[in-house]
Amino acid sequence: MGDIVNKPGRLRPAPENFLSEEQVKAVAAGRRDFLRKSFLAAGAAIAAPLAARASEGDPAILTLPEWSTSLGQPVATRPYGMPSKYESQLLRRESPGLARVGGASVSFCPLQGLFGIITPSGLHFERHHQGWHDIDPSRHRLMINGSDDSLLKKPKVYTMDELMRLPSVSRIHFIECGANTGLEWGNVAVPTVQYTHGMLSCSEFTGVPLKLLLEDCGVDYKKARYVLAEGADGSSMTRTIPMEMVESGEVFVAYGMNGEMLRPENGYPLRLVVPGVQGVSWVKWLRRIEVGDQPYATKDEAVHYIDLQPNGLHRQYTSIQEAKSVITTPSGGQTLLDKGFYNVSGVAWSGRGKIKQVDVSFDGGINWQTARIEGPVQNKALTRFNIAWVWDGKPAILQSRAIDETGFVQPTYGQLRKVRGTKSIYHNNAIQSWKVVESGEITNVQVL
Amino acid sequence: MSRFSKSILVLALVGASTATFAFDSFKGVGRPATSAEVKAWDIDVRPDFKGLPKGSGNVERGNELFEEKCASCHGSFGESNEVFTPLAGGTTADDIKTGRVKGLSSGELPQRTTFTKVSTISTVFDYIQRAMPWTAPKSLKPDEVYAILAYLLNLQEIVPGDFTLSDKNIGDVQKLLPNRNGMTTDHGMWPGASAKKGGIGNGGKPDTDNKACMKNCKPEVLIGSTLPEYARTAHGELAEQYRSFGPVRGTRTLGPEAAKKAAEATTMELATKSGCMACHGMKSKIVGPGYNEVMTRYAGQPDAEGKLVAKVKAGGAGAWGSIPMPPNGHLADEDIKTLVKWILSGAK
Ligand code: HEC
Ligand code: HEC
Repeated sequence: MGDIVNKPGRLRPAPENFLSEEQVKAVAAGRRDFLRKSFLAAGAAIAAPLAARASEGDPAILTLPEWSTSLGQPVATRPYGMPSKYESQLLRRESPGLARVGGASVSFCPLQGLFGIITPSGLHFERHHQGWHDIDPSRHRLMINGSDDSLLKKPKVYTMDELMRLPSVSRIHFIECGANTGLEWGNVAVPTVQYTHGMLSCSEFTGVPLKLLLEDCGVDYKKARYVLAEGADGSSMTRTIPMEMVESGEVFVAYGMNGEMLRPENGYPLRLVVPGVQGVSWVKWLRRIEVGDQPYATKDEAVHYIDLQPNGLHRQYTSIQEAKSVITTPSGGQTLLDKGFYNVSGVAWSGRGKIKQVDVSFDGGINWQTARIEGPVQNKALTRFNIAWVWDGKPAILQSRAIDETGFVQPTYGQLRKVRGTKSIYHNNAIQSWKVVESGEITNVQVL
Repeated sequence: MSRFSKSILVLALVGASTATFAFDSFKGVGRPATSAEVKAWDIDVRPDFKGLPKGSGNVERGNELFEEKCASCHGSFGESNEVFTPLAGGTTADDIKTGRVKGLSSGELPQRTTFTKVSTISTVFDYIQRAMPWTAPKSLKPDEVYAILAYLLNLQEIVPGDFTLSDKNIGDVQKLLPNRNGMTTDHGMWPGASAKKGGIGNGGKPDTDNKACMKNCKPEVLIGSTLPEYARTAHGELAEQYRSFGPVRGTRTLGPEAAKKAAEATTMELATKSGCMACHGMKSKIVGPGYNEVMTRYAGQPDAEGKLVAKVKAGGAGAWGSIPMPPNGHLADEDIKTLVKWILSGAK
């Protein structure tokens, strides 16, 4: 750990506070003279004020800051509020080399810095196939029709005005891309939780159950056992959804997200919410729903989002996101400040329902302890867990393991690869491991 | 593909009075779609070819169209890896016989192309019709889609060079698709009814079975893979992808050179945010002098920094001409100092 980083507020004598990484290494290697030399060189100027600090107290306390001694900004200075300027490092980011063009790419959500279960709308991950548009809601329409006339009595068209008059529901659900953690099927490939797990977000969505709309059009549930959802963008993305899920009332057409309208990148003004199912089915910029009597084998269910198995067959229509969890703090690409107490925190989720339990291991999965879950636990939503840890400065491997209400236990890499090999791309829900070394640096490793 | 018809409407209205579901129950909300509207949007083509428009096109015409509309991104032979994974290649005459692409299980396939995966020809027709060319989706007429698809099938050696693809013979082509037998739905990840009940899959049965062991669960920890060094730095400076405070810090992954670059980038942001860039460029004059001109003029003058900080703060004219720089008193002294230092050290 050393002092590669600045730890404000500590009252400490001089030399330790300005050691470079090389100096720390030199000290560790026993070259004390190096330390003395550097202290003599750099010390003269800096040591004095630091020593003074140590004796009198913290200048952040002793010298009143300008925010305590001046007038602040008036209301509505920023009519649409923005995060603090000190939060500029937590951003959606692309993974270099993953996609060749930005319009058919992914930006990952910075899970490493988020709290609780709700993803700030501006940080919600993005996946577009043909770029995003900011659609004029007054020109947006939702059409509902049948693959033939016998499945639905009356094809209808709804405007946004009309959809927003209908009975609405508001529910918190996670959305995870089927390819989340897909870069890691074969081996460790990316450094931080943003890139391993960041095609994951969770929001409160508001909209109209699809069931109401289909019934308003006179659907014949006996014949119409599938639904095709279609987007209004260039790709006009299409996906097949089972009617069972629609009938249960859980699928809805959403316009609201976290109290405001959807963001354009997330489907403004209308998207489908298909709880527990991979993100590709949550069709954005939703323009049409067709009810049918067989699945559609669309491009994203016959060329992509099919899971290659070791026997050369592709699994088709894999949709459910099985139970999964990840520790977000501390996690890969971070360095612990010091030995001592830490609150280890992460998220767990399951496409099959509620999270029942999350266990955490600090020794690579030999022993486990049950973490504290932050309630209320929502159905098919992120669930935050926390557990106390005192780091003794020795190497450790942190893991989390989710168990959902069906009793399903998140698998290890060994277990997953045994059945599905390493080429599946999709649906990697293996237990994630973060290795901590003496310096406090945490890296991504895979424990079998 | 639905066509709204009057007879159905009548039936529907009759049905409404006895139906158990809430047909037409939201007064004043929604209206019937016209048949022209449904036709305009309902363009999907199913594996059983429901929705397939009538038409035809041959390989030669397809070659021309592909060259004109597709090759810039996908390569003349659908082989390009520049913009997306290749469309064509990777299958053999034997695959066409068996309907299973052997390379998928043997590991001989360097990369999966569209035709090594797809098991339904309707999928490719549907997708090209709705989404390609990427920058002008839905611009192709049905005959053009047939022609382009004929060309792609010829590239794949599924049809001969003099072939004409049409709505009449597309079903025969389906029987030759190299990976037509390559899909399975025997899994537990379909959220609807199981195959036994007329749906898909095994009814949700998972294929892994971990146990929630708590103590002494295994004799040792087997590490299967660790982060390769190139991957540690390929994602930029991780220290700058986390807060500057909190229980941990982002690990510094790049050297001081890269850190300097990053610092320059943030000073540039500060300059932009502070409005300096409206009047100053790097090299030459906009309203005020280029920053590199300023650096050159004051090179070797030890008191330059202090003087310029004062000048930027107070504004004024005369050093470079008669146009004055407005005062910048709204900025924190610290920020002005950072900016002047940046200018004098060769702002980029
Ligand atoms: C400007 C670049 C561009 C042009 C021109 C273009 N495409 Fe594409 N094409 C793409 C991109 C990007 C994708 C991937 C889209 C995605 O991620 O969903 C793609 C995907 C495809 C796919 C699906 C491939 C797969 O394996 O998923 C097919 C088929 C296709 N294009 C055919 C065509 C045809 C036919 C044309 C000409 C009519 C064409 N494209 C023109 C960029 C282009
Ligand atoms: C409205 C236009 C304008 C803006 C905004 C502006 N400048 Fe200037 N700046 C000028 C002009 C004009 C001069 C030349 C003044 C002179 O001839 O003395 C100048 C001169 C300078 C000089 C050289 C001064 C000297 O005496 O040689 C520096 C350094 C400088 N500007 C920095 C800045 C910085 C930093 C900012 C942003 C905080 C900024 N300027 C904003 C117009 C502007």
